Amino acid sequence: MLAIARQRMLGQSFKKILPAVSVLRSYSSAAKQITVREALNSALDEEMSADPKVFLMGEEVGEYQGAYKITKGLLEKYGPERVLDTPITEAGFTGIGVGAAYYGLKPVVEFMTFNFSMQAIDHIINSAAKSNYMSAGQISVPIVFRGPNGAAAGVGAQHSQCYAAWYASCPGLKVLSPYNSEDARGLLKAAIRDPDPVVFLENELLYGESFPVSDEVLDSSFCLPIGKAKIEREGKDVTITAFSKMVGYALKVSEMLERDGIYAEVINLRSIRPLDRSTINTSVRKTNRLITVEEGFPQHGVGAEICASVVEESFSYLDAPVERIAGADVPMPYAANLERMAVPQVEDIVRAAKRACYRSVPLAATA
Amino acid sequence: MNSASCAAKISTQPFSLNPTSPASHDRPLVSPKPTSLFLGSTRKLRLSSSSKLNLHRRSGTVVAVSDVVKQKKSKSTHSLLITKEEGLELYEDMILGRAFEDMCAQMYYRGKMFGFVHLYNGQEAVSTGFIKLLKQQDSVVSTYRDHVHALSKGVPARAVMSELFGKTTGCCRGQGGSMHMFSREHNLLGGFAFIGEGIPVATGAAFTSKYKREVLKEADCDHVTLAFFGDGTCNNGQFFECLNMAALWKLPIVFVVENNLWAIGMSHLRATSDPQIYKKGPAFGMPGIHVDGMDVLKVREVAKEAIGRARRGEGPTLVECETYRFRGHSLADPDELRDPAEKAHYAARDPITALKKYLIENSLASEADLKAIDKKIDEVVEDAVEFADESPVPSQSQLLENVFADPKGFGIGPDGRYRCEDPKFTEGTAHV
Repeated sequence: MLAIARQRMLGQSFKKILPAVSVLRSYSSAAKQITVREALNSALDEEMSADPKVFLMGEEVGEYQGAYKITKGLLEKYGPERVLDTPITEAGFTGIGVGAAYYGLKPVVEFMTFNFSMQAIDHIINSAAKSNYMSAGQISVPIVFRGPNGAAAGVGAQHSQCYAAWYASCPGLKVLSPYNSEDARGLLKAAIRDPDPVVFLENELLYGESFPVSDEVLDSSFCLPIGKAKIEREGKDVTITAFSKMVGYALKVSEMLERDGIYAEVINLRSIRPLDRSTINTSVRKTNRLITVEEGFPQHGVGAEICASVVEESFSYLDAPVERIAGADVPMPYAANLERMAVPQVEDIVRAAKRACYRSVPLAATA
Repeated sequence: MNSASCAAKISTQPFSLNPTSPASHDRPLVSPKPTSLFLGSTRKLRLSSSSKLNLHRRSGTVVAVSDVVKQKKSKSTHSLLITKEEGLELYEDMILGRAFEDMCAQMYYRGKMFGFVHLYNGQEAVSTGFIKLLKQQDSVVSTYRDHVHALSKGVPARAVMSELFGKTTGCCRGQGGSMHMFSREHNLLGGFAFIGEGIPVATGAAFTSKYKREVLKEADCDHVTLAFFGDGTCNNGQFFECLNMAALWKLPIVFVVENNLWAIGMSHLRATSDPQIYKKGPAFGMPGIHVDGMDVLKVREVAKEAIGRARRGEGPTLVECETYRFRGHSLADPDELRDPAEKAHYAARDPITALKKYLIENSLASEADLKAIDKKIDEVVEDAVEFADESPVPSQSQLLENVFADPKGFGIGPDGRYRCEDPKFTEGTAHV
């Protein structure tokens, strides 16, 4: 597992974003930078040109070029039969996507945000996720549901929920959440090629961020495995698991902790379901301390599952209680200062890491 | 076939052979009964509802052909609608549906079948009338009342019975059950417990048919999809969403409403602002037809027209079949709310008896032929039960199978094969 992680590290340089990453063997590939948006767009483009059965469906994906411009240029390239602007009917068009997938077409259904997927959740769970099982393998559903997930900036309670835990609790679904451009490209390509329903949780605030990518990532056959987490940074003192935007925070945290002599191991989950329990547990057995970070609600969240998994499998290796950092247990407020308090910040994670390492830390104000 | 009364004409008006003509849905419909039925005692409701039905029957027997042809038919009572072979096929299919469902009831009360079982007695004309016109590649999407749709589509009685018993020889190896009949071979796409869930899935299957023809250039792909659902579903948002999209994209689908007037214990008239469902088709730009769902020949005529439209690429059709279920909503339903007079009224219109009468009166078959079919079907159903009884229950290992199509959930690699099949990946040395 670590061998793979190390090899992966070679192809990347976080120089632009994180100046001091210790476990980097200098590998001077002229790293090109692309935004997550470009990564997703190119992944969709390549998969659509490789397989004529792939088609896009969603609100504003065509003429508007995508509500967040992820599908820019695809309508011109592939035409309106393959890039469908739908009416505002999540339940209807998601079901249409599932019905098409029953017949071997490969729809990529976009939800403008995953909050709107709640209108279609019956189809995601009942007619997509469960069909292969209910039909005893006769009917598989090679569909991808993608869109931005989680909090954006100042969009209020009904546009800010994180659905990772909801979808990841359902057997029959694969749930992926990329962080950087490499993740975005690799996981989206893997999702489109996959014969099972995949929920692909992006993050609106990451769309515009650039990350360096190697040539291998830009190759059109590149795809990442599902169900495998990535160790973004190796460490020995505490394990921090995160996904999506929180990976960026965790990496910042790990730099800050290094100055205090704490070397954190940061795991980018990439795949929420299937969860890469073996990577997480191997890491915890090495560091003996765990912090899980997520933006979503704390109760029954992703962190809860990871903590339970670690307690079940690596209890005797733990030197400190497992801790989960999550969003506040409230619907997302609108006011900017309250919103800041409702999502984990870098300082919260630093404090938690120090608590786990038994450094004395003043408690933050808690409700 | 009744002659067209004034009301019938109006209800045919929305359906014209020219699909682009504006439907006259803005013309006030001759309402058979004042619509103040929703308040007051249910007793009054039942009485008025059955009389409304009488009127409905008189005014609503619509044939979905142009007026000219309709007049021709009513003049020549000797032109038969079916040949002998077709007649016997229809009869056999309906008898199979009836006998099978009766056997299900018996088996349920003996404890061999369990959970939710929804029987189709009385509605056979709709299933037979429509599905027997389909090819194998056409698809059918149904609701939880799907045993007879499965049988009409060609799923063997043995497979359906085993599935109901929860045995591993069932069509879904016992993993679906009564409400989730799937068959890839026969293109039966379920079997959905949520009402309204099947409609978008059916629309998606129709979408695929069009996509295959236009994008994948399979020029001869003219597969049609039938979506079966009930009157309760017609108040559900997904129904309207799909009427809109099917008409918008001109998909080859027929929306078949099996209006049996009751959604468990909720009368259609208490739940719907405008109970005439076929009128909702023209509101979305497609023809809406009402047909007597207790008469398999009428259903078949309408079905031919609607399926033909879809196959020619002229778009969707909404067909409302007025039918009735003789049993309760499910085998757990005590069925106390329905008026016995109403039940008797429809029992007198049993589709099987009606077809039998037609066949004999028109000398298409003799009593002996039909009795032979009855006997044959009895044997088929008995055999199905025996087969299901003797089949094994699923092995324990079957519990975890088929959650994903992908054996280990690691996805597909760049070479197009499953990653878990790549030995380098599982050994942890593959470069990812």
